[in-house]
Amino acid sequence: MNQVTLRSVVGGDRSSAKPARHVPGEPGLWILLFGDMVVFGVFFGTFMYQRSLAPELFDASRQTLSLGIGLANTLILLTSSLFVVTAIRAIRSSQRLAARWLLVGALACGLAFVGLKVVEYTAKVHEGNTPNQNAFYLYYFILTGLHLFHVFIGIVVLVLLLTQAGKSDLSGTRMALVEGGACFWHLVDLLWIVLFPLLYLVS
Amino acid sequence: MTLSLFRARSTVVWVVLVVATLVSWAVGSEHGTGSAIAIAVVVLGVAVFKVRYVGLDFMELRQAPLLLRGMFECYCVVLWCVLAGMYLWL
Repeated sequence: MNQVTLRSVVGGDRSSAKPARHVPGEPGLWILLFGDMVVFGVFFGTFMYQRSLAPELFDASRQTLSLGIGLANTLILLTSSLFVVTAIRAIRSSQRLAARWLLVGALACGLAFVGLKVVEYTAKVHEGNTPNQNAFYLYYFILTGLHLFHVFIGIVVLVLLLTQAGKSDLSGTRMALVEGGACFWHLVDLLWIVLFPLLYLVS
Repeated sequence: MTLSLFRARSTVVWVVLVVATLVSWAVGSEHGTGSAIAIAVVVLGVAVFKVRYVGLDFMELRQAPLLLRGMFECYCVVLWCVLAGMYLWL
């Protein structure tokens, strides 16, 4: 029995009994994840405050965004998260090939998100909607740019997960790193879930 | 082999999240009808609902120690209060 299988039995994947509670990933990682969530929370609040200073301008600018691209990117990230959480399940059950294909699917979603973001940024700049245009577009580029930076880091993390998924025997520490990497990717999804309605939908 | 892996709670959650996204988009882009304020509050509420399920079922915080899960649940509540509160009262 390899270490991952042993860990899953001891650590709480027993189907007959109530699973034991377990921290996904390294516990220290959660300081980083919660820190990121709080920082973005402050950004969301700042955006709402700025919006309250010029609601008409923010609403008029919001209507110039590419709603279809924003929606597509939301669905793409949700699907990538499903691939990742399913890949973790595949790794735990030693289905290495399935795990790799699922992570390739997640990576494809991540790259599709970046591609659509490039298309959207290019269109906005060609329309003259740059960060200098007004406060809405300044915040739009800052918030989505910071999120895109997280997507880039997430793509690197997914590549690392892909290298680990092929290994036949993962130690407890390595499995915790894999779970932590997966949680980081879900954080990328989680942040976009708030950004999409905040920027594209709330009038 | 891979398809059997999708027979799990996380797949059901994904379907719910996709439907919630589409409903949110349909409601949010229909500003001609109904109250814009009510729509905005609903759209923000749906977003926080989705955040909670991403945390509980994708990040696997549902099975996490109560302190960690509680911190995440608190984050969701505070996020909802801050966003809806600032929208309504600023």
